Amino acid sequence: MLAFTVRRLLQSVIVLFVMSIIVFLGIYAIGNPVDILINPEADIAEQEATIRRLGLDKPVWTQYFTFLTNVLQGDLGTSFVHNEPALLIILERLPATMELAVGAVGLAIIIGIPAGIIAGLYPDSIIGRGIMAGSILGFSLPTFWVGLMLIMLFSVMLGWLPASGRGDTVGFLGVQVSFLTWDGLTHIFLPAFNLALFKMSLVIRLARAGTREVMLQDYIKFARAKGLSNVRVIGVHVLKNILIPVVTVLGLELGSVIAFAVVTETVFAWPGIGKLLIDSIGNLDRPLVVAYLLMTVTMFIIINFVVDILYSLLDPRVRLGDMKA
Amino acid sequence: MNMPDSILEEKTGVVEGQPPWRRFASDFCESRLAVAGLTIFVLIALSAIFAPWITPQDPYDLMQIDILDGRLPPGSVSGEMTYLLGTDDQGRDMLSGIFYGLRTSLSVGAASTLIALFLGGSVGLIAAYFGGRVDTIIMRVADLQLSFPAILIALILVSILGQGVDKIIIALVGVQWAYYARTIRGTALVERRREYIEAATCLALSHRRIVFRHLLPNCTPPLIVVGTVQVAHAIALEATLSFLGIGIPITEPSLGLLIKNGFDYMLSGDYWISFYPGIALLITIVSINLVGDQLRDVLNPRLQR
Amino acid sequence: MKIRLISFAAAFAMTTLAPVMASAADLTVGLASEPSSIDPHYHNLGPNNEMRRHIFESLIWQDEQQKLTPLLATSWEPTSETTWEFKLRKGVKFHDGSDFTARDFVYTACRIPTVPNSPSSFTIYTSAMKKIETPDPHTLIIHTEKPYPLLPVELAVWGIISATANGVTGDITFNPDGTGCGITSFPQTKEFNSGQATIGTGMFKYGEYVKGDRYVMNRNDAYWGEGTEWDTVTFKPITNSAARVAALLAGDVDFISKPPTQDLERLESEPDITLSSMGSNRVIYLHMDQYGPSTPGVKGTGAPDGTYEGEGPCATSACEKNPLLDRRVRQALSKAINRDAIVDKVMGGYAVAAGELLPQGFFGTNEGAKPEAYDPEGAKKLLVEAGYPNGFELVLGTPNDRYINDAKIAQAIAQMFTRVGIKTSVNAMTKSVFFATRNKYEFSLYLAGWGSGTGEMSSPMRALVGTRDKSRGLGGTNRGRYSNPVIDDMIMEALSTVDDDKRATLLAESSRMAMEDYAILPLHFEVTIWAHRSDLSYGARADQYTMAIGINSKK
Repeated sequence: MLAFTVRRLLQSVIVLFVMSIIVFLGIYAIGNPVDILINPEADIAEQEATIRRLGLDKPVWTQYFTFLTNVLQGDLGTSFVHNEPALLIILERLPATMELAVGAVGLAIIIGIPAGIIAGLYPDSIIGRGIMAGSILGFSLPTFWVGLMLIMLFSVMLGWLPASGRGDTVGFLGVQVSFLTWDGLTHIFLPAFNLALFKMSLVIRLARAGTREVMLQDYIKFARAKGLSNVRVIGVHVLKNILIPVVTVLGLELGSVIAFAVVTETVFAWPGIGKLLIDSIGNLDRPLVVAYLLMTVTMFIIINFVVDILYSLLDPRVRLGDMKA
Repeated sequence: MNMPDSILEEKTGVVEGQPPWRRFASDFCESRLAVAGLTIFVLIALSAIFAPWITPQDPYDLMQIDILDGRLPPGSVSGEMTYLLGTDDQGRDMLSGIFYGLRTSLSVGAASTLIALFLGGSVGLIAAYFGGRVDTIIMRVADLQLSFPAILIALILVSILGQGVDKIIIALVGVQWAYYARTIRGTALVERRREYIEAATCLALSHRRIVFRHLLPNCTPPLIVVGTVQVAHAIALEATLSFLGIGIPITEPSLGLLIKNGFDYMLSGDYWISFYPGIALLITIVSINLVGDQLRDVLNPRLQR
Repeated sequence: MKIRLISFAAAFAMTTLAPVMASAADLTVGLASEPSSIDPHYHNLGPNNEMRRHIFESLIWQDEQQKLTPLLATSWEPTSETTWEFKLRKGVKFHDGSDFTARDFVYTACRIPTVPNSPSSFTIYTSAMKKIETPDPHTLIIHTEKPYPLLPVELAVWGIISATANGVTGDITFNPDGTGCGITSFPQTKEFNSGQATIGTGMFKYGEYVKGDRYVMNRNDAYWGEGTEWDTVTFKPITNSAARVAALLAGDVDFISKPPTQDLERLESEPDITLSSMGSNRVIYLHMDQYGPSTPGVKGTGAPDGTYEGEGPCATSACEKNPLLDRRVRQALSKAINRDAIVDKVMGGYAVAAGELLPQGFFGTNEGAKPEAYDPEGAKKLLVEAGYPNGFELVLGTPNDRYINDAKIAQAIAQMFTRVGIKTSVNAMTKSVFFATRNKYEFSLYLAGWGSGTGEMSSPMRALVGTRDKSRGLGGTNRGRYSNPVIDDMIMEALSTVDDDKRATLLAESSRMAMEDYAILPLHFEVTIWAHRSDLSYGARADQYTMAIGINSKK
């Protein structure tokens, strides 16, 4: 366990280091943020002064070294665009994305598991096939297209739900959340559903495959022979068996949902970190992009770690020592 | 309900008699949906390949398009041209645009998949065959990459590489190679322990010959499954990147970019600019996924059918 | 702070004379671009400046047509070639209750050069001031080193913050060296974002700012002037244009800026929605590489006549001859463009074909300057005369997310060039990549836009046409590198002529010369559009700014 943790930690540091170099150099290579940020009325002297002010006149290695020194002191840099610490800006926006991601994963599970079990129990029925066809569609439809269709249908044509933004928020445990207000809830539904669609298909498939496999097992036959009701068989045995893959999905996909939120947040103007990333790439705001990536990568490393631990707890056959660190 | 062992063995192609590909074909044809998917996909692929000969217009040739014909509804006639699916804002015939867009989308999808398959496959084979430290390092990198979502990696790669068809392909390869590496390694590890490899090793055949002539052919079925699914993923991913404004240059629109352009017109009633490319993309991806789905069922011996 | 604001609001609520319906007095505005900060002196760019004007007022106001009108200064005049006198408004109070005096102006001028990390500093508007005298609290005498006619308009660009509210009580002496006039600590950007330092004299007060989501402002009931009818205005950045339109249609917002061209018809057909529009001073133009004997991206012109020296890709790799040095070729390009078709088909009628870099009626324009007539035959003839009977190949660079329909315009132009025999392909890219590429001189021909902050011809002439010269401050954005010493001298002379009539004549003449030489090809002026609820009206502006100040409900 300890060896596993240490190995993971070392590996994570290397990943973060390599990542920071690649992204730092990559964004440096695209261009100079001053080119887009500066007022075009500025003359050549002012343009040069601005480049100096932001330290962009120094060689890239010097810039990277400065960055690295600051990171080791806990400072991920100051955003070129907003003149505030990059980490602070991201943390400010993180609750919005987390809320969206949790909502999406929640929807995916609430709808996905029952649908998947039904599809697994009756694979040849119309319902079963319908659910599978739907899940194929869920995989195939590009997120942004679905997002716009949802806006078209529910906001413009039917006028039921708001088209964009986050709505009213209230403080909850020190962060601003929108799911506690009715206005906020109406705002979060469409983007969360949009984001959930892909994961829902995944959950459906996992649940279906799990159900089908479990239903063939001897112990299920035994349980049935014992005269246990269908509800109990499914509720206890099937659900228990598909729980492991779903826990993995819960964890791993939460990360991927956060990454995919980039698209949904862009369509629904949801003020989370995904939209921040796209805007920052557009503005070549290197400190923010690098900080975002370092933070997401760290988050992924933690999520993976936790999932592995949980996995070993749930399934005694898995031992951490055997796992790839 | 249990699967007789003989069927299982037949599926892996050990038992003589019915050739494995025929068995495979008849298994595949069990699902009418999959056959329909395959048929549609073949039609789409053909129309993409032969686009220059079957489209009424070359949408990239600026001599042939006229801005004054912009945003005509489907069925409009202007001069000698009849625009069956209307025109976009630049006066491009949508029908031609879709065929050419399919060409771009499919070739980006296919090229990135093939390159990733080749690279990832070779790397995975090497890892499996040699094992030890090589295996550890390669698979560690692949696992690490797979633990990050594809869209994030693609986003980083494209934002570093810049715009362009070639850049998109590189980014998609960068995203996909690990899937193949892991898949082929898993299969190869099982195959490596089989008698025919032992026999080949005893015959003192070269590494290369063993790997490519004996190991590889027996590892292809799962690779095909992953490959089919990944083509669809690649196409959807490219469309998403184009939507975010960091993909294909606007002058060679893929389906994703056509939808993005149309996305701006959706609310104004010019539905055809986004609707038809969207449908084309949808049909393409769904047909590929239908085929992939059935392939997975057919080629996965664990699942009882 | 919050408590103080609330108690203020409560105190004034009791004395408010005109009660407005609570539901009608809230306004939500969907913005196409988001300010990067609330700090009024951090980032000198349109989205920041339009938000700034609600809270922090400047000495002088620019009206809808960018004409200068009194704001915190009631009058101003040059007392000599290098001295200006400003009379300040009396009885103006900051949001915290402190009085506005000349001291606050000096304090602000001292802060501007010290803002750390500013990606676009306001120093370009303060550097002309060499000495500031404050003979009494409501008089300013500003000395410039050279005659500087642009001083009043530049003082309209930056907003004034309170010295007292930021803890400075004594006298402040202006020092032009940009080190802060001996004041050791100015409020930081983050203090403005949090509202702590966001204390101005404007008709709106800071309410709440959530980056990326909303900026809420409340009415300043103690405003010195007429003030606003809105209790609360919420600005929401919705950068995706389709989503912005959808938000308006769904009733989430009452007012949006920049609805996309293609949705205008739809919006017009909605009975509850009205469009406001105004011809802007933003010109969309083509810059042509007129620097060296060879140029990148051109094919079919043969070997260059000389060797390329200086910055640019042709210094290191082989390029073909630069046809754009020939005035006839530039003229042919201009004639090949069907500006009316672009206006009609690409811009949906919401643009005005351009014959100069500023629209008719603005300061320094030539009366009756007409856009080049569409003449493809004439263009072909000119190409033959110039020695290119078979034309050549050209690449047109353009951003695809910066100006209204930018990439579509470029594609339309490429079609038109191709029709006269110049086979043109479009290289469209996102703005960050575009500007980086352009600044490395990798384009022979590129499309871009210019909005004049000052509303006079000196702005585009100085930046786009003047020869790139650091010491003279010319050619800051002249990446086509056109160079004409005669025009340069005229611009320089105009920039130091305080007499308005003389300056206007000089600028008009320099513009006429540049147009005649096809130094740059103006295409059209954007017409800015706002879409809003039909019971609202907007004082549409030539500078494209979206401000709640101009939004009123119809009575």
